[in-house]
Amino acid sequence: MEHIRTTKVEQVKLLDRFSSSNKALTGTLYLTATHLLFIDFHQKETWILHHHIASVEKLALTTSGCPLVIQCKNFRTVHFIVPRERDCHDIYNSLLQLSKQGFANDTNEILDRPMCLQITHFHQRTGKIVSSTKYEDLYAFSYNPKQNDSERLRGWQLIDLAEEYQRMGVPNSNWQLSDANRDYKICETYPKELYVPRIASKPIIVGSSKFRSKGRFPVLSYYHQSKEAAICRCSQPLSGFSARCLEDEHLLQAISKANPANHYMYVVDTRPRHRMQSWWATQKDIGRIIVRISSRIWNDEKIRESDEKKRLNAMANRAAGKGYENEDNYSNIRFQFVGIENIHVMRSSLQRLLEVSGTRGLSVGDLYSGLQSSGWLRHVQAVLGAAVVLAKAVTTESASVLVHCSDGWDRTSQVCSLGSLLLDPYYRTVRGFMVLIEKDWISFGHKFSERCGHLDGDPKEVSPVFTQFLECVWHLTEQFPQAFEFNEAFLLQIHEHIHSCQFGNFIGNCQKEREELKLKEKTYSLWPFLLEDRVKYLNPLYQPQAQEFAVLEPNTVSFNFKFWRNMYHQFDRTLHPRQSVFNIIANMNEQNKQLENDIKDLESEQTLLPGNDALRTIDSSNPADNRYSEYAEEFSKPDPAVVSLEYGVARMTC
Amino acid sequence: GLLNSCPAGVASCPASSCPCRSPLSPRLTLLESVLLGPRPTTSRMEFSELIRTGQAQAELLRGPEAPPLRGTLCVTGHHLLLSPGPQATPDLWLLLLRSVDSIEKRVAGDCGTITLRCKDLRVLQLDIEGVEATLNIARSIEALSSLESVITSFPFFYRPKGLRLGDAWHFHPPERYYKRVARETNAWRLSEANEDFSLCPSYPRAVIVPRAVNDDALALTARFRQGGRFPVLSYHHAPAEPAGWVRLPELSPCPQVLLRSSQPLIGPQKRRCAEDEALLRAVLAGSRPGARGFIVDTRSAQTAKQARMTGGGTEAKAAYPGWKRLHRPLERGRPLQESFVHLVEACGDLEQSMDHWLSRLAGCRWLAHVKEALSTACLAAQGMEREGACILVHGAEGTDSTLVVTSLAQLILDPSSRTMAGFQELVEREWIQAGHPFQLRCAHSAFSHARPKHEAPTFLLFLDCVWQLGRQFPLSLEFGEGMLLALFDHAYASPFGTFLCNSEQERCLCEVRTRTHSLWSGLNQLKEQRKLRNPLYVPNPLALWPSVEPQSLRLWQGLFLRWTRPPEPSEAAWEKVWQIVTDQEKTEGSQPTVSASELQL
Repeated sequence: MEHIRTTKVEQVKLLDRFSSSNKALTGTLYLTATHLLFIDFHQKETWILHHHIASVEKLALTTSGCPLVIQCKNFRTVHFIVPRERDCHDIYNSLLQLSKQGFANDTNEILDRPMCLQITHFHQRTGKIVSSTKYEDLYAFSYNPKQNDSERLRGWQLIDLAEEYQRMGVPNSNWQLSDANRDYKICETYPKELYVPRIASKPIIVGSSKFRSKGRFPVLSYYHQSKEAAICRCSQPLSGFSARCLEDEHLLQAISKANPANHYMYVVDTRPRHRMQSWWATQKDIGRIIVRISSRIWNDEKIRESDEKKRLNAMANRAAGKGYENEDNYSNIRFQFVGIENIHVMRSSLQRLLEVSGTRGLSVGDLYSGLQSSGWLRHVQAVLGAAVVLAKAVTTESASVLVHCSDGWDRTSQVCSLGSLLLDPYYRTVRGFMVLIEKDWISFGHKFSERCGHLDGDPKEVSPVFTQFLECVWHLTEQFPQAFEFNEAFLLQIHEHIHSCQFGNFIGNCQKEREELKLKEKTYSLWPFLLEDRVKYLNPLYQPQAQEFAVLEPNTVSFNFKFWRNMYHQFDRTLHPRQSVFNIIANMNEQNKQLENDIKDLESEQTLLPGNDALRTIDSSNPADNRYSEYAEEFSKPDPAVVSLEYGVARMTC
Repeated sequence: GLLNSCPAGVASCPASSCPCRSPLSPRLTLLESVLLGPRPTTSRMEFSELIRTGQAQAELLRGPEAPPLRGTLCVTGHHLLLSPGPQATPDLWLLLLRSVDSIEKRVAGDCGTITLRCKDLRVLQLDIEGVEATLNIARSIEALSSLESVITSFPFFYRPKGLRLGDAWHFHPPERYYKRVARETNAWRLSEANEDFSLCPSYPRAVIVPRAVNDDALALTARFRQGGRFPVLSYHHAPAEPAGWVRLPELSPCPQVLLRSSQPLIGPQKRRCAEDEALLRAVLAGSRPGARGFIVDTRSAQTAKQARMTGGGTEAKAAYPGWKRLHRPLERGRPLQESFVHLVEACGDLEQSMDHWLSRLAGCRWLAHVKEALSTACLAAQGMEREGACILVHGAEGTDSTLVVTSLAQLILDPSSRTMAGFQELVEREWIQAGHPFQLRCAHSAFSHARPKHEAPTFLLFLDCVWQLGRQFPLSLEFGEGMLLALFDHAYASPFGTFLCNSEQERCLCEVRTRTHSLWSGLNQLKEQRKLRNPLYVPNPLALWPSVEPQSLRLWQGLFLRWTRPPEPSEAAWEKVWQIVTDQEKTEGSQPTVSASELQL
């Protein structure tokens, strides 16, 4: 609270960023410990969580007051005009501190931050030490939804990954639970429970982990029971290792052999080829398996088998200066490259997209050339394309697949989770999707806190990798409107909470860190709260039993990729459509069920209808915040919006 | 060739002394002979002359999703038939030859391949046994699909079961709309000055004009407007009472009107026409006191000025006090057709990279045209609704972009035009009766290699705008995407007579009303309803103000990618929606209070 100097400012104007008119909402701005709240004269509330604030900007003073522009991580942009400059300055400073973003703008400040829970920074602009940020300051540690400890614990136990692996059918005769990483000794960023081929002994695992970046050796991500094929994940092999790693080769063989249905397996490298090639050029170490074998794919795909052997042998011998082992050892591995760009490319791509789509008075040509130059849709297409490769290998060839990128926690998480989503209808249910996120993202160490910038860490570590995953899922829901139990609102709500820091799930960068933070004792899990509001997130068109949706085969032709308006402009009320077809159908469907079940009890069913949770306080702040009920009110009230044509009228009246 | 050039001559003849305006001009008899062509008795013989090979064995490929069809291919006077062998399904596959836009033939060995690109943007491939047969069939299709005589076209032979000839033809005459206007105001009258199409060949017999203007003045005004298209009432907007739907004519707060016309024939000499000026003055006088008028010119100020050199122009400020001119350039004609062609080309390329696709989407400018059309319509509607002004819309001929603007403005403002019947009436009144030259504009679609003459997808642009409106307000239109697709298909090739010819005059000469079936009677059959209606429709008495930001506009995939992407998931989804809605209606019967209160305003 020590950062808050002014708690209330009256006569503040809220402008719409897409409307050029002076039609602003006037109201009162409140600053609380966790939220910025604006109540307009219609008594409509706009809540902005401090953690959602990505940047605050104070613009030059105008005649009507001091403009303050706040950009949020959930793509909300608000433009306030505060009448007095002093108030504006106070709010600006408070928000800078409360949102911990004072440093985020200093991109030249590159931090080498090890696993530490507390950091202190030198604020370059003001030149003084600004308060240190630590995990314990995050909202989740003070958020209290009035639950007792056993309820809290039950919430955390809702998603049990051991149960999930059992559902997949492991352990079985080919796959077993390994205790090698019991104390996070082998790999700090992996979970404790890891599934590996039964024939892979502990020394093999340890050996392989030393050969892989960050110790992230190949482990099971998804097991397809009927095809007996597995999706495995790992990180890149370490460069500068002079010899081949027998243990790693053994582990790959073991994975391949764990699939009795097929004699070969795929290794999918999710990095773009040109990067691989330049990387390859710098490698002295030809003995390493990945590069050696993959060269035959990307150097010359048309080359004949025998030529290939000669060529490879020659290359290997020349470079390594030693004999090359029997090629048959590797004949059962096929390499595949799918080009997904790295986190830095993705970050600037989305930034460019938002710059373009946030422009007022944009022309159609500008939007599409902006979409094109940002490359965002191309990246989304590449990610989904990689998942399709995975699903095809498993379903049509019954082959196991090993996926890796560099560190194996960004692109690998995207591709593995999307691949599983295509293969297994369970992950397309509300609960299954939570399990999928827990498994492939949270447990396998996607660095949520760094990627979402929860603390003021290195801005170069921030990247919309998970947002991109959600967008891929959205594109799938668009192509298969009946294959998913959940709707768009569910995806948006999850996106809301990866940044909100209201719940413990997405705090920290890996399981080890989460245990050290004692998140399960000090914070709440998001999932039970989402399940409580399940009705809001259901897709009324869902066909759970439909056979044609058993395995999804999405079409990745370019024109199937669209700009996700409802994500990037969800708060821009003047950009239609604002009526959601799915919500109204969901309401009808819900009513139908209710009426059939219990015609007599009308009152109880009224509570299911939207628009009833208008009351809320910060303490018991509804986790599934009421944005969607606002949204739902719109159906019954297709209120004509402000048209962005004031220009025309202005000309007419002059 | 004659048919195509002749009515165009009428439309693009700016000189007021055009001979075609006199009722018994030799031009009319010429027109008659071209339109009617050879007598129907000889037409059958003519068809058989054009058919070189009646039958062949063939395999039909209908795109990546549908399974190929094998059987006997047969060319008839109006259709291409494929009857599968006895072992296969008994369904007969049928294609109206009129819907073939371009044809491409290739022969290899002793068989050939014909690729048919249809006006509804479908691409079909026929693999035919026998080189001779292939060439002959290709030639027959080419000849039959480009027959220009109206009277021998299929609608004159189409006699479906369950429909009566003459049904629904009197469903939407302007008289009917006038009755509605007369209930709201008495400032307007129905004039039959154009009874013999002598004032304006592209107008219907009856038009709605200010009561204060008599028929003689109308005749003089007609001479001052290109093609005789003097200003007529397009839409009378009486804002809904807050209470709901009850309207009291005498209390109607401030009725606004939307008019349309063609450009005035100002010419280099800056001519004026007292009657024309008086007509527009009378419009303002008939509205509330002190009302202002806006002339929305769908050309840029420069183009409008340049039009003076060829006898046209735009209203001079000084001559029309109370009226202010606004220029909103809309694309039309050749550039619009090219935009359509480029978009369809881009949509046919499945292999292109994302970058290439996005740059082609931007480069073809189709969505930019949609945005411009929608925002100009919003401007006109806003002028009426918010400014209480009278609006006159015109471009040059007043038969293309003018109609896009006036019909969209009505859809935005008028809840009754958003119903199934109201929308049909709107299309009938504002497009067909208003003289949009369908036959010229829709002679070819996006695939034709023929040199474009008068083709332009103006009507498609309108349909796309309506689709955008329906997407932004998914509950407010009673008709669904299916209706818009059906209108697109039928405008380009149809077994019904509704979209035949270029004007009411031509349709009268061809006796379209008595000798063909109306599309509306076809569409209003019960079995078609699920395809055409929007299951989620809830009447909405308010104006629909669409967002015209490019972020809110989307490519109409249902049309442009209709045949390239599998339709199943979305079709199945809509089936499910229908099921839920039907269930809803059932349960509503038992417990009406809940859903009614939820869904109503």
